[in-house]
Amino acid sequence: MTHSIQVKDLKLDFGSVSVLKNLNLDVAEGEFIVLLGPSGCGKSTLLNCLAGLLDITDGEIWIKNKNVTWSEPSDRGIGMVFQSYALYPQMTVRGNLSFGLKNAKVPKDEIDRRIARASEILQIQPLLDRKPAALSGGQRQRVAIGRALVRDVDVFLFDEPLSNLDAKLRAELRVEIKRLHSRLNNTMIYVTHDQIEALTLADRIAIMRGGIIQQLAAPQEIYNRPVNLFVAGFIGSPAMNFLKGATVDNGRAIQVGDVKLDLAGYDGGQPTDRPQAILGLRPEHLTIQDHAEAGHTIPALVELDEPMGADALVWLQVMGQQVSVRVPFERRPVKGAQVHLKVDISKASIFDATTELRV
Amino acid sequence: MADTVTPRGKRPQSRFTTNNIVLYGILGVMSIYYLLPLYVMVMTSLKDMVEIRVGNIFAPPVEVTFQPWIKAWSQACTGLNCDGLSRGFWNSVMITVPSVIISIIVASVNGYALVNWKFKGSEVFFTILIFGSFIPYQIMLYPIVIILRELGIYGTLSGLILVHTIFGMPILTLLFRNYFSSLPEELFKAARVDGAGFWGIYFQIMLPMSMPIFVVALILQITGIWNDFLFGVVFTKPEIYPMTVQLNNIVNSVQGVKEYNVNMAATMLTGLVPLIVYFVSGKLFVRGIAAGAVKG
Repeated sequence: MTHSIQVKDLKLDFGSVSVLKNLNLDVAEGEFIVLLGPSGCGKSTLLNCLAGLLDITDGEIWIKNKNVTWSEPSDRGIGMVFQSYALYPQMTVRGNLSFGLKNAKVPKDEIDRRIARASEILQIQPLLDRKPAALSGGQRQRVAIGRALVRDVDVFLFDEPLSNLDAKLRAELRVEIKRLHSRLNNTMIYVTHDQIEALTLADRIAIMRGGIIQQLAAPQEIYNRPVNLFVAGFIGSPAMNFLKGATVDNGRAIQVGDVKLDLAGYDGGQPTDRPQAILGLRPEHLTIQDHAEAGHTIPALVELDEPMGADALVWLQVMGQQVSVRVPFERRPVKGAQVHLKVDISKASIFDATTELRV
Repeated sequence: MADTVTPRGKRPQSRFTTNNIVLYGILGVMSIYYLLPLYVMVMTSLKDMVEIRVGNIFAPPVEVTFQPWIKAWSQACTGLNCDGLSRGFWNSVMITVPSVIISIIVASVNGYALVNWKFKGSEVFFTILIFGSFIPYQIMLYPIVIILRELGIYGTLSGLILVHTIFGMPILTLLFRNYFSSLPEELFKAARVDGAGFWGIYFQIMLPMSMPIFVVALILQITGIWNDFLFGVVFTKPEIYPMTVQLNNIVNSVQGVKEYNVNMAATMLTGLVPLIVYFVSGKLFVRGIAAGAVKG
């Protein structure tokens, strides 16, 4: 596997505030990496560092096996797409696309050839002589992608490119970006706070918090085996349920309230006895049934339900703690019913309450 | 949609409400208050001295004469020169045009650099620059005289131009800085990724987007420098006095008869340039001020 981007011990301080802390990241060629995290986690900052728009405090950035730590943004072989599109308002679409090429002194016929190709891929040929003000949001973002495309670079950087679009357009352009990636096969680094975008687009997701990458893994891996409580709670909508308990019997069972759940088949290490453990259960991995099964079910009281179209989210009371379960809409139980929750332990996660790490 | 809209809220009121009467009454009185002196000036400047001595300053001229205007422009005497205000006018033009152009160019680049190319200490630099505008001019007069003398440009046009350029810096830089910081930062980033440098971004991206603020700066500087009296009288010599200083000398000359009509005409001639600037660009001015004020 050839490296497309390597970030080595990247540090960035704004005054006394440390924004990125010893960050390391290896991206393979052609990989689609999504940086995901809450606002202020440093994901956009990291992207700006990769682009060369921020001077870093310490560390190295390599792109295509070249140390570009102190190179100008235009010399790094990157193209960037911004949230606000950042199209030059006084230039036509053609002017916007050719601006960077003219700066790089690309010959005229080569510019024309690249614009023709990019506008064909993005289907913006009819818009070439318009000003950005005369374009819709979706069209503007296409042009912004086109501006990165004509640069003929290996690495695309996307800074929340779809956040300013409405839900329908966002879904459309999301598919288009994915299509673009499979057609061009360049490396893409994509910043978002939208986990649907992250899960649908990424080859690997980097979940960030406080300037640190918490977990870097394939979407399914992150979804099924989150490394810590933060990742577990951040990924998944509706969010994962957490039940306080303790692992007992040499880690062969987990005690939640007065119920003991069998841990045979747990997808992870052998959880030794921990007096303070947290059981993480996704709403879609629980089933509601009316009979108890020793070691596999927890009694619960139905409080209310939230219909979500095909499914409904049922909220239950489990030993004083809230738990949500996703069920098909027509199978939702009546309010106030006493039911039993069947736990699929192979899809559960157990966290140490003090270290917050998955065991 | 449109045909289903029904009027909401109160019915539009008729024109003669107490509110409107009071409002337009006050506006009317204010207008008279400001327009009356102008009226008197125009009327007086169109009379000859005989008619003025009759004494009714509000009466329109019986016999309209443009002689006072001609005299004010080309014959009135100040000191040894008897070629009227025209000399001062051209002096003012030669002072204002380069001062305005140089100060705006420098200040706009300042503002652009302070927003987009922050350097170590750029905030301190800006603070010091702004602080300069709080110091009264009078305190700086003598030091500047010495500086200009040492530079060998005391009493010359270029000396005065230099002073005007420097004293325009704080407020103009503030103006441009605020305007540029209201432009989206991502545009600047995109241009950098596109390989444009300091001047490339300034000329190709920022300038075309900043016309409103340039108009504001233009108006501020033209009127400010044209109306300047203090620097003109201190830093220049009689042959190159700006129009304002010459006007003062004409109006306050002590020999002979006070020619009110000539004085009035001279005053209006001097005020004509700022007046025209305001009339031509009033709308742009307001728009530019508002644009710069959004973020700061």
